[in-house]
Amino acid sequence: MRDTSVGITSRSMNDVRADKMRKFMAYMRQHYMLYIFLILPIAYFIIFKYVPMYGVSIAFKDYNMFDGIWRSPWNNFATFKEIFGMKEFYRAVRNTFILNSLDLLAGFPAPIILAIILSELKSKTYRRISQTILYLPHFLSWIVIGSLAIQLFSTQSGLVNILLERMGFEPINFLTVKSSWLVTYVMFGVWQSAGWNAIIYLAAISGINPELYEAATVDGAGRLRKIWHITLPCIKPTIIILLILYVGRIAQIGFDRPYAMGNHLVNEISDVISTFVYRVGLRSGRFSAATAVGFFQSVVGMVFLLIANYVASKFGEQGIW
Amino acid sequence: MNTGVKSKIFDAILYFIVFIAVLACIVPMLHVAAISLSSNNAILSKKVYIWPVQLNLDSYKVVFMDRSMVRSLLFTIVLTIVHTISCMIMTILAAYPLSKKELKGRNFFLLLIVITMYFSGGMIPDYILIKSLNLLNNFWALVLPGLISAFNMIVLKTFFTNMPESLEESALIDGASYLTILVRIVLPLSTPVLATLSLFYAVGRWNYFMDSLLYITDSRLYPIQLKLYQIVYNNMQLEISTIEGGLSSNLLPESLKAASVMFATVPILLVYPWLQKYFISGIMIGAIKE
Repeated sequence: MRDTSVGITSRSMNDVRADKMRKFMAYMRQHYMLYIFLILPIAYFIIFKYVPMYGVSIAFKDYNMFDGIWRSPWNNFATFKEIFGMKEFYRAVRNTFILNSLDLLAGFPAPIILAIILSELKSKTYRRISQTILYLPHFLSWIVIGSLAIQLFSTQSGLVNILLERMGFEPINFLTVKSSWLVTYVMFGVWQSAGWNAIIYLAAISGINPELYEAATVDGAGRLRKIWHITLPCIKPTIIILLILYVGRIAQIGFDRPYAMGNHLVNEISDVISTFVYRVGLRSGRFSAATAVGFFQSVVGMVFLLIANYVASKFGEQGIW
Repeated sequence: MNTGVKSKIFDAILYFIVFIAVLACIVPMLHVAAISLSSNNAILSKKVYIWPVQLNLDSYKVVFMDRSMVRSLLFTIVLTIVHTISCMIMTILAAYPLSKKELKGRNFFLLLIVITMYFSGGMIPDYILIKSLNLLNNFWALVLPGLISAFNMIVLKTFFTNMPESLEESALIDGASYLTILVRIVLPLSTPVLATLSLFYAVGRWNYFMDSLLYITDSRLYPIQLKLYQIVYNNMQLEISTIEGGLSSNLLPESLKAASVMFATVPILLVYPWLQKYFISGIMIGAIKE
């Protein structure tokens, strides 16, 4: 009795397995192409994104090019002790936060103001032509923008210094004095991005119900009042979401901009994490130390980003978006 | 009456502010263009503001006759085209399957990709990878690492997901393969978003500088940004000045640098007005996603 029942169960188990297999084969026959499509992209992400993530392990090792990543010996966080003992590391972290905070202060409100002004323009042609020109700097590389800055502020032939001299001032090399360099860095950031970032706000403004404005006009509200009481409150959700995402990126800094705008005379204030990593890693060849600095930034940056996205999605759930 | 006057003044102020902003956008470029087109004398006596004084095309002659400069520009054009096409193929290959609900393991694949938006190896591990793949000083080092932008991929995936399923269903029932459906039905219906993403990839490639600084030391493989960097920041001489001496030794480095800046920028300025609307639709797609 027992034997037969076991036989039956095992046979039905086999049936189930065969059935699953058949279903799987049928699924694959129908959908295999989708997986073939995915082969190259997934290979790309593994090779060019995940292999470098594994490469981060050299931050915890005494990396030696001949031994490779795998065989280099672990070093008990010696690299981190080393970088946390470097003055320049703290300087780079500090500068990253300073430059990003100044960017936030000047670069965040600028497109909002610009969008409101543009939306108030009566002439559509004037508005369209202005927008075209205002978006343009977004499409220039930082090397080009850095070159423009160098030429514009040159003490020999730069426009700014010629004008200063005409007004009776001494020429100043703005890019080599720390305080004026900071201003230049931030100003060119606004210059590059304000027009472009205004697009989102312009879209938000154009989505506002015109009846609100009409009602306000009937009530005798002036244009400034309408901006203050209708436009701003209506685009507030957009502003908040973008602000949260902006703050989420405050620990991260690209390479091109600080590298192209900076110079060794203002290193004290212009050297940020990305340029520091480049200098320590590729210029001095201290791969482990530079990777540790990069890892530190990645982790801090990721924490900020995750918090920001979480907060932003909370706002989204409340129906603010 | 009173409010009408007030409103007129208000308008005038707004027009003026926008005018100043527009001026601020183009003055730096006009100044550099003016320097590149002016005579040495005018530059040295500080007469050049935003229009050329004593028109002089010598600096452009030098730049255009310089083989390394022209080669760098052509190289960058080829690089941008190859990069953009490869990026689009890869992005489509990833976005299409991931937009299909019937794909088993879809969430796993998506997670795999989204993680890379939050965490990356960083500059040095990237460099070590390129080095161990023997791609230093190689054309492909400037193409492969940036093949898929996870953000662009998700934008495209969302676009595909929002397409009505009925479009593809009947083709599937007729026994068409996914490849046929993708090429015949899905892609032709997606041309605006494909154009926008291509432009983002292309402009990104044209302007990106860091990877060439890291991976390229052979001057024959200098993209235009790196070439410009060497000329403006490192005072690197153009090849022709060492060969011919004559013309360029009379030129101020200022005007030569200015001409180089214009040389690297004009291609963007030429295509920009025609493609503007695609860029703008692109930022809107991105905004909806956010």
